[in-house]
Amino acid sequence: MATLQEFRTNEKSWWCPGCGDFGVLAAMQKALVAVGADPATTAIVAGIGCSGKIGNYINSYNIHVTHGRALPAALGLKLANRDLMVLAAGGDGDAYAIGMGHFMHALRRNVNVTYVVMDNHIYGLTKGQTSPTSQEGFKTKTSPKGSLERPIHPLMLAVSAGATFVAQGFSSWQPQLAALIQKGIEHPGFSLINVISPCVTYNKVNTYDWYKQSLQNLDNDPDYVPNDRTKALARLHETDELVTGLIYQEESTPYEDLIPGFKDTPLVHQDLHVDPHTWNQILATLE
Amino acid sequence: MIAWKIGGDQGEGIDSTGDVLATVANRMGYFVYGYKNFSSRIKGGHTNYKVRISTTRVEATTKRTDILVALNQETIDKNFSELDNGLLLADSVFNPVLPDNAKAQLLTLPLTAIAKDLGSVVMRNMVAVGASAALLQLPVEPFVEYVTAKFERKGQAVVESNRQAVEVGYQRVKEEYGHLLTYHLGEPDPGDRLVINGNDAIALGAIAGGCRLMCGYPITPATDIMESLVKWFPLVGGAVVQMEDELGSITAVIGAGFGGARAMTASSGPGISLMQEAIGLASVAEIPAVIVDTQRGGPSTGMPTKQEQSDLLALLQGGHGDTLRVVLTPGSIEESFEDAVEAFNLAEQFQTPVIIATDLSLSLWQQSVDRSRLNGPAQPIRRGATFSQEDLLALGANVFQRYQFSADGISPRSLPGEAYGQYLATGVEHSTNGKVSEDPSNRTKMMDKRLMKLQGVTQVRDGFKYEGPEDPDLILVGIGSTVGVLKEAAKQLGSKVGVAWFRTLSPFPKERVLSVLASARHVLVVEQNALGQLRQLMTAHETTDHRYDSLLKYNGVPFLPEEVVTRAAALLTPVEVH
Repeated sequence: MATLQEFRTNEKSWWCPGCGDFGVLAAMQKALVAVGADPATTAIVAGIGCSGKIGNYINSYNIHVTHGRALPAALGLKLANRDLMVLAAGGDGDAYAIGMGHFMHALRRNVNVTYVVMDNHIYGLTKGQTSPTSQEGFKTKTSPKGSLERPIHPLMLAVSAGATFVAQGFSSWQPQLAALIQKGIEHPGFSLINVISPCVTYNKVNTYDWYKQSLQNLDNDPDYVPNDRTKALARLHETDELVTGLIYQEESTPYEDLIPGFKDTPLVHQDLHVDPHTWNQILATLE
Repeated sequence: MIAWKIGGDQGEGIDSTGDVLATVANRMGYFVYGYKNFSSRIKGGHTNYKVRISTTRVEATTKRTDILVALNQETIDKNFSELDNGLLLADSVFNPVLPDNAKAQLLTLPLTAIAKDLGSVVMRNMVAVGASAALLQLPVEPFVEYVTAKFERKGQAVVESNRQAVEVGYQRVKEEYGHLLTYHLGEPDPGDRLVINGNDAIALGAIAGGCRLMCGYPITPATDIMESLVKWFPLVGGAVVQMEDELGSITAVIGAGFGGARAMTASSGPGISLMQEAIGLASVAEIPAVIVDTQRGGPSTGMPTKQEQSDLLALLQGGHGDTLRVVLTPGSIEESFEDAVEAFNLAEQFQTPVIIATDLSLSLWQQSVDRSRLNGPAQPIRRGATFSQEDLLALGANVFQRYQFSADGISPRSLPGEAYGQYLATGVEHSTNGKVSEDPSNRTKMMDKRLMKLQGVTQVRDGFKYEGPEDPDLILVGIGSTVGVLKEAAKQLGSKVGVAWFRTLSPFPKERVLSVLASARHVLVVEQNALGQLRQLMTAHETTDHRYDSLLKYNGVPFLPEEVVTRAAALLTPVEVH
């Protein structure tokens, strides 16, 4: 069993002191240990932004791709080697602006990948511009009079798009967040864990204190059962998505189990040569 | 050699009629080449399909048509000028009119009425097949045999009526026009051949080359590759994913390449433009990826169903930043197969994206290909430099340097799953351990390493081929589907004309180009784009001089051998100077 230490690197962090992303990183590492992951068979796919640097700090096989495209890379990696535990990570810009198209399709495709989104309602690495999850009226360098657009509601979108696992955590609430990521990893399909991860440098509205006062913790509500899409949507609507906990989960068969002829043995471990019998079968379709 | 053509409205089964003719003629031992002229719509609009049938190999279309089968008047009006004392068989249902200046013999037959009598107007095409067999002076039995097998699944009644449709069409031509039938194809050359197109060849080559994942987004004229692999991959345990767009397609391929699988995507100009950023990622992070560009008319949506070769410079330099890419340009269907296999080997050996640039004509038009040239199980698989689990265990934890500098620029890679091989692959500039680095001296060394390693490709692959005399008056230079046209033109031009074609566009095979072209008195670069991109590339590499001329075409119609012959003949004729 790997220890927390084995999932760490000696890379010095590029994040600002107090950044919520430290909490996300810690919770991810705890979840990996809790599920018995091995650094050699763990892969983290990250996009661009402050969040995208997370691969520098976890000792595993990591690929840091173009802006918004973590999910397609995670899909390809999982199909290449289905024995890997594949996690994808990104921020609200990476996931819900430039990567929104991939996000929606990853939800309905349901490949066995865990997606951790570090949501701070602002663009941090480019130094403070409006994000798709910024509140209406939120003032930034690119919206000095306040954001004119309504915020994206990623959780409601996910539940509507056919997601099989949707959760939200808060970087300050470590035990719950680590448990949610663990459940997401264990879920046989695509899991979304949106994490409230405050930006202490550029977002002076959605602060740690603001979230602590605004967030409703579903773990404290014994009446909420996360197995009903309609009820999940209702709760998300009522709370304006200011909830933490497991919001929705259903029994799921991952995409890779549905592909005709796709084997349990990972592609990377298969013989690349084609045998003469199979080859003749293929050519026969062209006769 | 005979050129047969059928025309009608799109959606009327023109394609399947041409396919039947090509397939049966191929089975009889003839060489065929099929050229479909179609538009970007499903129903309506003129479409035609020309099949050249020969006793020797054919790999281009031609201007001339010997036999035209017209299912409507528009087909006559648009195609009669290709007939030079040829035969025009028209369905009497539309009261065909032969234009005054037509040099053709009009034969009418009630194709529609015969089909209706047999039960359904749908069989009109089968009547046309039978009639065509008679016009071509081919025996009807192989056609009947084919049709019987083709419709077997649909029951005895369907088989019987289609069989009759073929036979009646055949008999009616024999009876009514027997005296006009003077064509003789000659004796066939029996062999084991398949009628396939370049897209089929690429899909076959991918499987033979170990590709087991294809992520793509439908686009003309690349979609066949995806559709073939969907059909074949279950037999070898592979997967096709229809992605949400081309950004996702290429990125999934890169993810898979990082994971150690052989993966590909296939697209055309618009999709390739979207992939450019990610191709840069694969270059910098040194991840194998194979990308097929079946070029079509551009820019933007351009002419989706028309032939062009105008992506060349974009394939080489279309992304931002300094990168070199491996760009392979097969010049035939057989070379499409070979290059598909080789692309996966080169991608892993050199840890880099490899692009196969074909074009619409090469990817879609079918041709007889010897089965022996499609030997999947015999293809070599070269994985390139890797660290095995044993190697990594010997190194110990936290020692492996994924991007370590080496003499040839290639750093052995680890694959996810291997202990002690963990690293970060990133599109950000990085140091030897993969971690982000903005150190100026590291940056220079890393850039040099990536650029330098690809020069090795020219050592493992002949990038410039030549067929022709040792002391040519003229060498015709081309790429892709144009190569077949040039070979036919060269034959017509005589023994002092050779043909040279690029197999590798990048890294540019400069030494080979210089040595092959050194002996030519004239060089004519023939390419299908408006800017002369191939010649620009040759000039950029200082291989051109006063002997060079260009023949360009960018109207969407493939080059015809006749056009090349005309231009070449003008070059070869001494001009008197006063």
